[in-house]
Amino acid sequence: MSAGVAAPERSGRSGGRLGFGSLLHAEWTKFRTVRGWVIGLLVAIGVTVLVGLAGPAGTSISCSGPDNQPCQHQGPPTGPDGQPVSDAFYFVHRSLTGNGSITARVTSLTGLYSPRGVSQAGVGTAGMTSGVQPWAKVGVIVKQDTQEGSRYAAVAVTGGHGVRMQYDYTQDMAGLPGSVSASSPRWLRLVRAGDTLTGYDSADGMAWTEIGTATLTGLSSTVQIGLFTASPDYVVIDQSFGGASSAGGPTQATALFDRVALTGTGTGWTGTQLGGTGPAGGSTGGYQQSGGQFTVRGSGDIAPQTDGMGTGRTMQDALVGWFAGLIAVIVVATMFVTGEYRRGLIRTTFAASPRRERVLAAKAIVLGGAGFVVGVVASAIAIPVVGAVETAKGLAVRGADTAEYVQVVVGTGLLVAVVAVLALAVGTLLRRSAGAVTAVILAVVLPYLLAVASVLPAGAAEWLTRLTPAAAFAIQQTVPAYPQVVASYTPANGYFPLPPWAGFAVLCGYTAVALGLAVVALRRRDA
Amino acid sequence: MMPVRTGMSLLGAEFAAALHAEWTKLRTLAGTGWLLLGVVAVTLALSLAAVSEVTCRAAGCGQDPAKVSLTGVEFGQALVAVLAVLAISGEYGTGMIRLTFTALPRRLVVLAAKACTVSGLIAASGVLAVAGSLVLGRIFLPGNGFTATNGYSSIVDAATVRAGLGTVGYLVLIGLLALGLATAVREAALAIGFVLALVYLFPLVAQLVTDQDWHRRLLQLGPMTAGLDVQATVNLAAQPLSPGAGLGVMACWAAGGLLLGGLVLAARDA
Repeated sequence: MSAGVAAPERSGRSGGRLGFGSLLHAEWTKFRTVRGWVIGLLVAIGVTVLVGLAGPAGTSISCSGPDNQPCQHQGPPTGPDGQPVSDAFYFVHRSLTGNGSITARVTSLTGLYSPRGVSQAGVGTAGMTSGVQPWAKVGVIVKQDTQEGSRYAAVAVTGGHGVRMQYDYTQDMAGLPGSVSASSPRWLRLVRAGDTLTGYDSADGMAWTEIGTATLTGLSSTVQIGLFTASPDYVVIDQSFGGASSAGGPTQATALFDRVALTGTGTGWTGTQLGGTGPAGGSTGGYQQSGGQFTVRGSGDIAPQTDGMGTGRTMQDALVGWFAGLIAVIVVATMFVTGEYRRGLIRTTFAASPRRERVLAAKAIVLGGAGFVVGVVASAIAIPVVGAVETAKGLAVRGADTAEYVQVVVGTGLLVAVVAVLALAVGTLLRRSAGAVTAVILAVVLPYLLAVASVLPAGAAEWLTRLTPAAAFAIQQTVPAYPQVVASYTPANGYFPLPPWAGFAVLCGYTAVALGLAVVALRRRDA
Repeated sequence: MMPVRTGMSLLGAEFAAALHAEWTKLRTLAGTGWLLLGVVAVTLALSLAAVSEVTCRAAGCGQDPAKVSLTGVEFGQALVAVLAVLAISGEYGTGMIRLTFTALPRRLVVLAAKACTVSGLIAASGVLAVAGSLVLGRIFLPGNGFTATNGYSSIVDAATVRAGLGTVGYLVLIGLLALGLATAVREAALAIGFVLALVYLFPLVAQLVTDQDWHRRLLQLGPMTAGLDVQATVNLAAQPLSPGAGLGVMACWAAGGLLLGGLVLAARDA
C-alpha cells in the first residue's frame, strides 16, 4: 500500500514512474469522464449568467412626463472619456480666443451647509449653518464651453485640501497646502498655450510655483475662461446594518477674488450657472463685481460620479452571479480529490505515481485550466448579455474600455482557477468533501456575499474583503475611488479596499499556503 | 384496539431506539463538537464586528439593535447547515447508511430521529450563540449611540426576547432544510453547495433588483431573508414580512426540504 512498494513495471516507461505528461493526461481523463463534474462546470456557467440577469430583469424605470407624455430617461452628463460626471458650479466667464492666461487672488472662502438635511433643496439658504466643505473649490478655470461634461482645467483653492489643479473631472494635483484668509491669500494662475494648460500658485503674487500641466487634446480655439465656485453636497457616512448610509444636505460656498488679470483677446464677463444642483436649484448662485473685486457664490461639484447607481451598471454587477457559479466550481474541485479518497482510487493513483506532489501538481493544472476556461467563458457571456438587457430596460450602463474588459474577464478566469486550486488543496488536506467544501465556501464566497449583499456595516465588510481570500473579487472592480470626491466607497457599492491585483494576490497567498500544507500532509501520512 | 396499540407502541419503541442510535452516532463523531463550537465562535465574532462598528448618531436613525446584535447568525447558519448535512451525508459517504437501514428498516423513522437529534444540538448551540450576541450588543451598542435619548431602552424587552428565541428557531429550521436536501442528494459536497446557494441567493439577487415590488417579493420568498425578519424589533411595519410570517415562510422551506428528502428516501435504494 505504501508508496515505496512499486509494482513491477511492465510498461516501457523509465523508473517505474509515469512521465508528468502522462500524469497530466491521466488526471485530465479522470476529470473529463465523470459526467457530474462536467455538468457541474456547465452549471457554474449557467447560474452565473442567470443570476446576473436577475438584477436587470427585476428592474424597471418608470417615467411618465406631464400629460402622459413619455419622457426621456436622462442619465448624468458624461465627461471626455464617457464616464458619468457631475458638472455643476457657478461660472463667471468670458471667451478667450487663442492663447492667454488668467490670474486671480483669493482672499476669502466661506460656506454654508445644511447638517442632516435640515433645509431641503429648493428652499434657499435659510436655516443653514456656516462652514466650508473640505472639497469646496473656488478658483480660475478654462473650459471648452458651457456645456456640462466638456473638457476643462482649473486651479482652485479648496476648503480643506489646499490649492489643487484639476482637469477633465478625474485628474487632481496638489499645490500649496493650507487654507485661505485675508492675511494668507492664495494667488492662482492658469496659462493656455494651444492644448496645453499650465497651473501656478503663489502665496504673495511674486514667487510662482508650477503645479502641473494638463493636455486637453482637441480644445477649440475659442474657450471660456474665468472664475468659478463649486461646493459639493455635505455628506455624512454612517456605519449601519446593511452597509453604510450616507446622509447630508445642500451646501454653498462664497469666494472673494481680486487682482483679476487676463491676457489674450476676448469679450466681457457673463455669469452662468452650470448644472442644476444647489440649495435653491442653483438660483442662489451668482456674482457681484465692484471695482476689481468679484464675489462669487455657487454650489455643486466638478467631479466624476462615484456613488452606487450614479456610475451606471458596471461589469461587476453583471458578474454578481459568480457567487453561485463559484460554489459549483468549489464542489467539483473538491470532489476531484476527495472522491478518490472516498473510493480508494487514490491508492491506485499513488501506486502508479509514487511522487505524490506530482499528482497534486497535475490535478492543480487540470483544475486550474478548467476553472480558467469556465471563468472566462461565463464572464464573456454574462457581461454582454446582462449589458444588453440593461440597455434594453433603459438602465444607464457604464462604458468600459478594452483594458478594463480584459482585466475583468481574464481576472475572473484567474480568480476561478485559483479558487479551484484552493479547493483542491483544502480537499487534499482534509480528505473529506464536506469539510473542504465548507471551509472554502466560508473563506471565499461568504465574505464576498456578506460584504456585497450589504449585510455588514461597511467597516466590517472592508475588513472581510481585505483579509479573507474574498479580497480577490477586487479584480472585478473597474470604477476607481477618487480621493477628491467624498462618497461611501464600500464593497456594497462596488469599491473594494485593496487594488485589483493586490486583492488577487491575497487569494494566491492563501492558496500557496494551502498547497504547501497539502504537500506536507501528502508526504507524511499514508494514502 | 390491541393491534393498533401494539403497532403504535412498537413504532414508539423503534423511534426511541432510532433516537438513541442517532444521538450516539452524532455525539461520538469528532466533527460534531467542533462544528457546534464553530457555530458559536463564528456567530459571536461577526456579531462583535457588527456591534462595535454600527453607530446611531441621532434619534430616529432607524437602526434595529436586535438585528445588529444578531448579525453573526448570517455567517453561523452556514455551519449549522453543514452540521445537518453531515448527519446524513456522512453515513452515505462511508456506507454506514446500509447498516442503519438494516437495523431500522423504517427509513422515515430514522430521518425523524435524525431531525430530532440535529434540532436539539442546533438549538443548544444556537441559544449560546444568540444569547452571547445579544450580550455583546448590550455591552457595545449603548456606547455607539444606542441610548435612551435616541429612543433605545436599556432593559431587555419582550421584542428582543422574541427576536432571540425566533433566531434560535430559525437556525433549527435551517438545519432541517439542510437535512432534508442532504437526504435527497446524499453527497455532502453537493448538498452543502445547494443549501448555501439557496440560502444566500435571495438577499444577493434582491440587492440588485431595484423594482420595488420584485425586491420585496424576493425578500418575502427567500428562506434567509424571510426567516430573519423574526429579528426585527423596531419599525416592524417597514419589514417585508411580520416576524411570525417570516419564520412561517422559513418553516415552509424546512418542511418542503424534509418532505423532499423523505419522499426520495422512501422511493430509492439506500
